[in-house]
Amino acid sequence: MKKLFNWSALALASAIAMGAASANAQQVLHRGLGAEPETLDVQLSTGVSEAYIATDMFEGLVTYGPKAETVPGVAERWSISADGTVYTFYLRANAKWSNGDPVTAHDFVYSFQRLANPATAAEYAWITDPILNNEEIRTGAEKDISKLGVKAIDDRTLQITLKASTPYFLASLQHHASWPVHKATVEKYGNQWTKPENSVSNGAYMIVEWIPQSRIVLKKNPHFHAANTVKIDTVYYYPIESQAEEFKRYQAGELHVTYDIPSDQMDFIKKNLASEARISEYFGTYYYGINMDKAPLGQQAKLRHALSLAIDRNIITEKVTKQGQVPAYGWVPPGVPGYQQQQLDYAKMTQAEREAMAKKLYAEAGYGPQKVLKVEILFNTSEQHKLIAVAIQAMWKKVLGVETTITNQEWKVYLDSRDQGTYQVARAGWIGDYLDAENFLSMFASNAGKANNVRYKNPKFDELLKKAAVTQDAKQRNLLLQQAEKIFLDDLPLIPIFFYVTKAMVKPNVQGWQDNVQGFHLTRYLSLK
Amino acid sequence: MFYFTLKRLFWAVPTLLLIITIAFFLMRIAPGGPFSKERPVAPEILANINKVYHLDESLPEQYVRYLGNILQGDLGPSYKYKDFTVNELIGLGFPVSAQIGGIAILLALLIGVSLGILAALRQNTPTDYTVMTVAMFGITIPTFVTAPFMTLVFGVLLKWLPIGWDDDNWTSLIMPIIALSLPQIAIIARLMRGSMIEVLRSNYVRTARAKGLSERLAILRHSLKPAMVPVLSYIGPAVAGIITGSIIIEQTFNIPGIGRHFVQGALNRDYPMVMGVTILYGALIVFFNLVVDIIYGFLDPKVRYD
Repeated sequence: MKKLFNWSALALASAIAMGAASANAQQVLHRGLGAEPETLDVQLSTGVSEAYIATDMFEGLVTYGPKAETVPGVAERWSISADGTVYTFYLRANAKWSNGDPVTAHDFVYSFQRLANPATAAEYAWITDPILNNEEIRTGAEKDISKLGVKAIDDRTLQITLKASTPYFLASLQHHASWPVHKATVEKYGNQWTKPENSVSNGAYMIVEWIPQSRIVLKKNPHFHAANTVKIDTVYYYPIESQAEEFKRYQAGELHVTYDIPSDQMDFIKKNLASEARISEYFGTYYYGINMDKAPLGQQAKLRHALSLAIDRNIITEKVTKQGQVPAYGWVPPGVPGYQQQQLDYAKMTQAEREAMAKKLYAEAGYGPQKVLKVEILFNTSEQHKLIAVAIQAMWKKVLGVETTITNQEWKVYLDSRDQGTYQVARAGWIGDYLDAENFLSMFASNAGKANNVRYKNPKFDELLKKAAVTQDAKQRNLLLQQAEKIFLDDLPLIPIFFYVTKAMVKPNVQGWQDNVQGFHLTRYLSLK
Repeated sequence: MFYFTLKRLFWAVPTLLLIITIAFFLMRIAPGGPFSKERPVAPEILANINKVYHLDESLPEQYVRYLGNILQGDLGPSYKYKDFTVNELIGLGFPVSAQIGGIAILLALLIGVSLGILAALRQNTPTDYTVMTVAMFGITIPTFVTAPFMTLVFGVLLKWLPIGWDDDNWTSLIMPIIALSLPQIAIIARLMRGSMIEVLRSNYVRTARAKGLSERLAILRHSLKPAMVPVLSYIGPAVAGIITGSIIIEQTFNIPGIGRHFVQGALNRDYPMVMGVTILYGALIVFFNLVVDIIYGFLDPKVRYD
């Protein structure tokens, strides 16, 4: 295998000095990456691993702060018109690409157009739908991509015009799909532009080596506008799919930071490595979706609530997942600024009270020992999902006498079953794309297409979402979204089980790690002691 | 001999074509597609993606297009790893898998054959029982047990060896090579023992001994070659399997080989990737079977190619 740079020798030297590096020595960080990135093209990539690399290598108008808060990126400031539809971004003078070119407003125009362009075939092209004509361009209704509401006033001023005021627009710009790419590089190399020998990026790091399925090596970008604050000189990312092996490599001292923590090691970790396990709330919900097109569960809210009540979520989070997951009685996870989390009425009850209520509702729905409810739980093949399904199967049996069968399917087959609606109850999870309740609620609008995987339809819910979409006042808007979630929870087309947590093992000599709900820890904020 | 080789190479073409055809259509029957995701891609975006990859064409059209492309040596883009073509991914991964697998199979041959001979010569002695018991363990304990066990003991507890693959540090290859060769050593040792015992009882070895040949010569000159024949029949396809990598070994040691593409490619519905590795594997099987057949001629005088 041909190597571009001999960074590994550097890594070896620093691995020996790990923990004892002086302030002047090269700082080399070794991080787990989970899965191999599908692509490093910011406009095309969608997953979490991809986002880790993208946020290290690139910078949008706004970016993530040390706690993943929205902070100015290439734009040093911005102004918003009184009606909330025109955003003017003022770009910093010292924003540069890794080859020394200045980052200009034209780069952003190119990148926003590239995202919307049907020829790019970007999966996340919808994320900029608030922008004027974005939806028309990506669906092919508008052929002229220059009609997109993104204009360069001059090299350092970018104007974005929205269809309507969208309060979450800035937060949605945190997603790397709208981040800039270097036009000359992309046009010259086509889909080869992300390769280390071609790549040009504008973030704190640039790529120097990529061995698929083994490692991605990033080096500090000397042209980055805040390069003087970046302490880690080189970062190695290792895609390691097996959590067990990743944890071993961490124990063996080959990694400073892991991507995940295996749940079967939690007892050991709590006893021996408690201070190194960084576990905190994550912006995601684990749930059991109910196919609303299928009788009887789809028609009878009482049955759905009975099943929900019968699940002892504390047992699942304490005995099965064990990693500090939070029992969920609402759909939107905690952590959205200004949004009051909604909860099912029975959130405050004891489990005994819930079970009594479950039995009552079950009987009211016309079920009992004579007429036993039969349920099938579908999940994608995974040890964890299986344990949870078995636990829930037992709880439903014990409390209500429900006969549950559990079926696992390989991931793509499972997605197909969900798509086709050939399931009754399916486990699923959703991690928010950006920090706003809308990202969780709008996927269940009746016009959301296949994203609405439970086939939920409620005109009242749709109406509130529509209203919220055009409401400028943030407080008022959150109130509308809260009402929508309340209706959603009353109807209960899905049973929330728990809120996810972000999990990572972090060596004690890694500084600057701040827990946050979006789970982003940009390498530029980290350092080694 | 020459015509034999030529004939076999000629038959390889329809064989591979058949493999390609079956794999191509079987792959498409599987439910789910390469671009299905947790949050389903909107139909109009999916249409854009399908257009880029010519998936909007009819299946026969795609098949013809695919055959045209592979005739030019183009295995197509990977649907999953969008920055790479299948040619690139195989080009990057195959040398790594072949290196580790090649060393493992050589090691397995060396140790396996030696152990097999040893057991056969000391048949029904404690040596024989020990070798065969160890071999039984080697066969029955799968690599998904041995490999993680090795990383735990030698990587985490003793800290003797690195766990993760590193092209600048040859010691990172020790554990994967051993893990990969263990079951092969076991299988080869058992095969070798069995055939050696049979050969040692054959008439021509008895004759060799009867005419006063030393035991050493009787074994090395007259028994070893014929006894290798069953091992060779096994080794042919086995080499093709081993040098194309093992998903378990690769995931455990983070090796950038191609073994994982066989399984992951199928799970991801990465059609061109699956086709690419299937063609590679098929071609290797055909090739190694041919090599084995040629070697038979040298080992066994009864084999003739006319």
